[in-house]
Amino acid sequence: MFIKNFDELAKIQASCTTALSGKFSGEGNKRAIVLCGGTGCLSSNSADIKAKIEAKLEEKGLTDRVSVNLVGCFGFCSQGPFVKIYPEDTLYRLVTLDDVDEIIEKDIIGGEVVERLLYVDPSTLEKVTKQEDINFYKKQVRISLDGCGVINPEDINEALGAGAFAGLAKALQMDRADVIKEVLDSGLRGRGGGGFPTGRKWQFAYAQPDGEKYVVCNGDEGDPGAFMDRSILEGNPLAVIEGMAIAGYAIGAQNGYFYVRAEYPIAVNRLRLAIKQAEEVGLLGDNILGTDFSFRAHIRLGAGAFVCGEETALLNSIEGQRGMPRPRPPFPAVKGLWECPTIVNNVESLACVPYILRNGAEKFAQYGTEKSKGTKVFALGGKVNNVGLVEIPMGTTLRELIYDIGGGIPDGKKFKAIQTGGPSGGCLTEKDLDVAIDFDSLVAKGSMMGSGGAIVMDEDNCMVDVAKFYMEFICDESCGKCTPCRVGTKRLLEYLEKICDGKATMQDLEELEALAETIKAGSLCALGQTAANPVLSTLKSFRDEYIAHIVDKKCPAKVCKNLMSYAIDPDKCVGCGLCERQCPVSAIIKTDYVAPGHKLPSRKILDDKCIKCGLCMSSCKKFNAIEKK
Amino acid sequence: MAKINIKIEGVPYQVEEGLTILEAAKACGYEIPTLCAFNHGECNKGSCRVCLVEATGARGLVASCVYPINEGMEITISSPKAAAARRASVELLLSNHSMLCQTCDKNEKCELLHVARITGARDGMFQGTQTPVTVDEISPSIVRDTSKCVLCGRCVARCANAHGNGVIGFQNRGFRTIIGPAENRAFTDSPCILCGQCVNVCPTGALMEKSEISKVDEAFAAGKYVVVQTAPAVRAALGEEFGMKIGTPVTGKMVAALRRLGFKKVFDTNYAADLTIMEEATELLSRIKNGGALPMLTSCSPGWVNYAEVYYGDCLDHISSCKSPHEMQGAILKHYYAAKIGVNPEDMFVVSIMPCTAKKFEKERDALKTKGLADVDAVLTTRELGKLIKRSGINFTKLPDEEFDSDIIGEYTGAGVIFGVTGGVMEAALRTAYYVLTGEEHAEIKFEQVRGFDGIKEASFNLAGMEVNVAVAHGMKNAKVLMDEIRAGTSKYHFIEVMGCPGGCINGGGQPYVRECFLPNEDADIMDTYKEKRAQALYSEDERQTLRQSHNNPQIKALYDEFLGEPNSHLAHELLHTHYGARKPFPEKE
Amino acid sequence: MAHLNEAAVAKINEICDRYAEERTPLMMILSDIQKEYGYIPLEVQEIVSKRTGLSVSEIYGVVTFYSFFSLKPKGKYIVGVCLGTACYVKGAQQVIDKFSELLGIAPGETTEDGMFTIDALRCIGACGIAPAVSINGKVYPKVAVSAVKGIIDELRAEGGAN
Repeated sequence: MFIKNFDELAKIQASCTTALSGKFSGEGNKRAIVLCGGTGCLSSNSADIKAKIEAKLEEKGLTDRVSVNLVGCFGFCSQGPFVKIYPEDTLYRLVTLDDVDEIIEKDIIGGEVVERLLYVDPSTLEKVTKQEDINFYKKQVRISLDGCGVINPEDINEALGAGAFAGLAKALQMDRADVIKEVLDSGLRGRGGGGFPTGRKWQFAYAQPDGEKYVVCNGDEGDPGAFMDRSILEGNPLAVIEGMAIAGYAIGAQNGYFYVRAEYPIAVNRLRLAIKQAEEVGLLGDNILGTDFSFRAHIRLGAGAFVCGEETALLNSIEGQRGMPRPRPPFPAVKGLWECPTIVNNVESLACVPYILRNGAEKFAQYGTEKSKGTKVFALGGKVNNVGLVEIPMGTTLRELIYDIGGGIPDGKKFKAIQTGGPSGGCLTEKDLDVAIDFDSLVAKGSMMGSGGAIVMDEDNCMVDVAKFYMEFICDESCGKCTPCRVGTKRLLEYLEKICDGKATMQDLEELEALAETIKAGSLCALGQTAANPVLSTLKSFRDEYIAHIVDKKCPAKVCKNLMSYAIDPDKCVGCGLCERQCPVSAIIKTDYVAPGHKLPSRKILDDKCIKCGLCMSSCKKFNAIEKK
Repeated sequence: MAKINIKIEGVPYQVEEGLTILEAAKACGYEIPTLCAFNHGECNKGSCRVCLVEATGARGLVASCVYPINEGMEITISSPKAAAARRASVELLLSNHSMLCQTCDKNEKCELLHVARITGARDGMFQGTQTPVTVDEISPSIVRDTSKCVLCGRCVARCANAHGNGVIGFQNRGFRTIIGPAENRAFTDSPCILCGQCVNVCPTGALMEKSEISKVDEAFAAGKYVVVQTAPAVRAALGEEFGMKIGTPVTGKMVAALRRLGFKKVFDTNYAADLTIMEEATELLSRIKNGGALPMLTSCSPGWVNYAEVYYGDCLDHISSCKSPHEMQGAILKHYYAAKIGVNPEDMFVVSIMPCTAKKFEKERDALKTKGLADVDAVLTTRELGKLIKRSGINFTKLPDEEFDSDIIGEYTGAGVIFGVTGGVMEAALRTAYYVLTGEEHAEIKFEQVRGFDGIKEASFNLAGMEVNVAVAHGMKNAKVLMDEIRAGTSKYHFIEVMGCPGGCINGGGQPYVRECFLPNEDADIMDTYKEKRAQALYSEDERQTLRQSHNNPQIKALYDEFLGEPNSHLAHELLHTHYGARKPFPEKE
Repeated sequence: MAHLNEAAVAKINEICDRYAEERTPLMMILSDIQKEYGYIPLEVQEIVSKRTGLSVSEIYGVVTFYSFFSLKPKGKYIVGVCLGTACYVKGAQQVIDKFSELLGIAPGETTEDGMFTIDALRCIGACGIAPAVSINGKVYPKVAVSAVKGIIDELRAEGGAN
C-alpha cells in the first residue's frame, strides 16, 4: 500500500474506519479482546496474559472468532492490567494469569461477565462493567490521549481508521500561514511546562528565511511522577508523528527529531515502528500525498539527564554535547538545532495538533478557560485512590481531580497538599482545591502546570521532607553550568538537611529563603529558575512545619528520622515478639511487664539503638501496638 | 555598523548594534563585574552569573555578557536586586572555593577576589560541603587545583581554540562538575602538551605554573655558580608585571634586575638562538641535498615537540634534531663556558627565564642531559621572574638599563630576538640559509611573508636557484593541518616552523596575564592587540641591532672555529642535538 | 584496564559505522556501546574519538554527564530502584536501603562478584505500582521492604545457575 494522493488517503481511511468500527461492534459475530500494553501493565504481566489468552483460544479453536491485541495505556494504572472485550465493552481489571481460563470459559465461551474481575466503585461498592461508567473516566475528555487504550499502536491501519493523517491531509491543502493561524486560534499552549503558545513558536520559525529548519519533539519527560508523554508515544505514536509533520509543513522544515528518554524502550520501539509504517505508505518521506512537502522523522535517545527536558539543553544533547542549556536569546526558533531555526514541542502538544487541524481550532478551544484552551493530561499519583493518567479540560478544579476522578485519599487520611509541576512546581493546599486548573491560575497560586505531574500528599507526608526530596533531585540533575543552580541548590539542600536533622536555627531559615529567591532570579535556564519552587511554595503554605522542625525540634508528620521515634504501647503489645525478630539492629527487647489480659511480656524499643526503619511498626499491623512519636 | 539607542542607569547612549550588554556598557564607561566572560566568548558563556543586570524586555535578571542589546533597552546595573544577585553568585562561588587566598600565588591577579571586592561579597556566606578536590602537581609545568576552579570554562575553550583537540574538558555533572583531562588524569598521563595556555586564561589559581623559585633559592643557598639566561619574548612582556604598558621592551632593566638578584652571569638566550639557526639551517640544507626527511620541522617549541610525540609519533624524523635554544645554551655554558672561566660544570646552575611552562618539562627530559648533567637546572616563567623581583625589593621601573654579559659567549643578533614571535625562527633561518647557499646576504633582511598572526603562513623563496617552500604554523590546531599533509605524503614544503602557542612565545603560557580588569590604562581592545604589541617590541629590537643575521654573530663564529668545528659536527651533535620518542596520548595506568 | 581485543575494536568500529550518515551521532554511538558492553572505558572513547574527530576530553565529558553511561562495568543484574515522587512517598527509600544493606553496596556500586549493581532511578513512570523496582528492564511492582531478600535470592539462584 502506498498512498499517492489525498483521494487515496480518504479511501483508505474510510475502509480502515469501517474495519475498526466493525471490530468494536462485533461485526461478523466476531469478538475482540484488547489488553493494556502500557509500561505499567506490561510489568504486571499483560504480555504473558495475552499469550495465555491466545494459547487458550487456540486450544478452544476460537482463533478466527476472537482477535487479541495489545493497545496503549488505559490510564487507570493502579487497576491494571486491563482486559477489555468488544463488542460488549466489558472491562476487567487487576487481571492475572490465573484469571485467563475463567475469562475464556465464562465470558468468551459462556457469554457471561466475570463479576469478580469488574471494577468496584469504592464509594457505592457497586460493580461497574463498562469503562465509561467508571468515575475515574467520567470527567475526562480525550484529545491528546485519543486512541490510547483503543487502537493497536503497532498497526497503522487502526490509526488510519481512527482518523490519523486526516489532519495532515487538511494542512497540506492549506496555506502554511493558515495552518499556523489555526493552531494559534486553537489557543494551544506548550504542554511541556512553560505554556508558551505553540502557534507563536511556529510563527517565529516560519518567519525565518527559508532553508534548513527542524521540528524537535521533546519526549525527555523527566518530572518525577509524570508519564503522559510515554503513554502517548506507547499508545498512539502516529498522532505525534502526524503533529510533527504538520509542524514541519507549517514552518518549512523537512526533518523532525524525536528526543525520547532511553528509559522508555517500549515507547521508542513503537515510535520506530510507526515511523517505518508511515514511511512505507508514503505518509512520511518525499512528496507526501503527491505534494511538494517532504518530511522525515528521526529518533534520538536521551541518556539520563533531566536537564535535557530544557529545550536548549536538549538541542545540545542531540548535537552530541553535554546537556548544558544555552543562553537565550538567540531562541531556538531563530538559532536552534545545528544553528538552524528549530521549534521544540512537547509530545502532548504535538499530539493535540492533528485534532486541531482535523476538527478545527474552535472545537479544541471549546474546552478550557479563557487563556488555557483544550485539555491537559495529568499523572495523578501519591496518596490518592485512583492512580493514573487523566485528561481533563482546562478549568477542572483540583477538587474534582483529586476526589471525583482520583477517588479521594486512601485509608481515611486527611488531604494535605497536591504537588503539581514536578520539581519546578509547588504545593497547593486545601484552600486551593477549588481553583480551576489552568496555566495561569496555578502560577498565581505559587505552583505551575509543568508537564502535568500531580502528586497528592496526606497528613503522613512531611512537607520539609518533600521539599528536601525535590531538592535532592534538582541537585542531582543540575547540569552544573551556572553558579546559582550548581552551588545554590546544593546549599539549599544542605539547609533543608539541617532543618530535617533538627540542627537548624531561624537564621538558617532566613538565609534559606533569601538563597531560594537568589537562585530563582539568577539562574541561566528554567530548571534553575524554578529549582527553588518546592522550597518557596512549601514555605508559603507550611512555614509552621519548618518552624516546628527548627524551634520545637519536632517533625509533625513524624517522617524526619532525627525528630521522631517509635514506641510500643505496653498495654497493646501481646508479646508475640514478631517485631523483635524483624528488627534489623536488635533494638527491641523484652520487658518484665505483662499487660492485663496478655500472657507474654510486652516489648520495648531502645531509642539509642533504633534506626527508625519502621519495620517493627509494619510488622505489628495486627495489634497496632507500635506508633510513631 | 548601525547605532542604536539604549539607556544605562537612565542615561541615554548610542551604541553599536549587535553588542552584548556587557560590551555596550563598557563602551559607555561602565564596568559590570564579570568572571567567566573572556576574549569574545572564549569561555562557558553566561555561566558564572556574576554580571547579572536588569534590562527592559527581559524576564528577570540577565547575564550581561551574553544578552544582546536592542533598540530602546534600558539597563540598570545598580538596582538592589541586581547587585544582590551578583553578590550572591560570587558568595556561592566562594562557598565552594579553597579560601587560602593569602598563600595563593594568584592573589595579586585573581579575578574572583576582584569581583568579590567589587560586589561586596560577605565573608563565610553559604558554607557547606565542597566539590571533591583534585590537585595535580605531578607535571613539572602546571599545577591544577580544582578547589580554586570557578568552572568559567576559559581554559577548556582556549585549549580547544589553540589546539583543536582540547585536552581538558568539563566532566561530571552538577555540583560534582570539574575541569580536567579525561579520567581526571594528571596532565602527564594525558595528551596535554603543557603549553600553559590554560594557565594564561585562568581567572583564579586553579591552573598555575609549577613554581621553581624555591629551587633557585636552594641553588643560591648551596653556593652554586648560578647563571641565568632569558628568552627573547620575556623582555617584551616583563614590564607588564610592573604596570608598564604592554609592548614596552624592558631588556636593560631586566638585565639590571637579574644582576641584582645575584646571578653570576646574565645571558641572552638569543646567543643560542643564533647557534640554533646555524645548526638548523645546515641540517635543512643537508636534508635537502641528501634526501633526508622533508619537510623539516622546527624543534624549539617544547609544547609543539610534546604534541608531535603524542599525535605524530610516526613523523618524528621530520623534526629537526636541534635542541631548543636555551638547552643549547645550557650545554655550551656547562661544557664550554664553564671550563673557560674555571668553574666546575657540576657547580654551575643554569636558570632559564622563559615565557613558557612547557620548558619546565623540557629541561627534565633524559635526552637533554649532556654527559650526565642536565643542560638547564631550573626554568622560571616571566611571571615568576616578576615575583622574584618584587620579593627582592627591587623597584623595577626605576632600574637603569644594563647590558647582557657577553664576555665569551652571549652576543646576539636581531635574528635571535625575533624567535619570540611566530614566523621569527623561519625568518631568522631564511636570512642565514640564503647566505649559506649563496655566500651573499639577502637583499631584504625582512621576510614579511612569514610575519603576522595568520594561523598558517606560507611562502616560496628562490634561494640560489633552489625553490624552497616554507610554512609557519602556531597553535596545534594549525600544525595539525600541515602534519596531516606530511602523514599523507602530500606536503609540498621543505621547512616548517611550528610554535605551540598561538602567536608564538610572546603569548607563551608563562607570560604575564592580560586582563582587562587589571589594565584600566590600556586600550579597550587590548585583548585583540596585545600580541601585536609584544611582537612589535621584538621586531623593534631586531631593527635596533647592527647585526641581524645569525651567521654574522662573531662569538658564534668563534665557537665553531675553536670548539665545535663546523655546524652539525660530531661535537655539535653531542652537545646541541637530541632525539624524540613516540608517546601514547593516554599511557596505561598501573 | 584490560586491552580491547580485536573483536571488540571491530564491534566498536561497526557501531560507529552505523551512524556514519548521521549528523552529530555521538550520543547514539555511546548509547549503543553502553548497551553492548555495559560500560564505556577510556580506551573505547579513544576509538570513538578517532572515528568522530571529537576530542577524548569532550567524549569523556559527555559520558560523565549522562547517568546512563558508565565508565565501569555494571553488575549482571542492575537493580534500579525508582525514587520518583510517587515511589518515594510510598517508601522507596527504605527499599533501596534494604538492597544496599543486603548486598553490602551503596547505590551506584557493584558487588564484588559482579552480580549486582544498585541504581537509584528517577521516575520510571510506573507510579501506579509504586514503589517500583526495575531489574534488567523487568519491573517489579509494589515492592515491600520484606520482599527484597526474596528478590535477591531468586536472582542469585538464577544468575548462579547460568
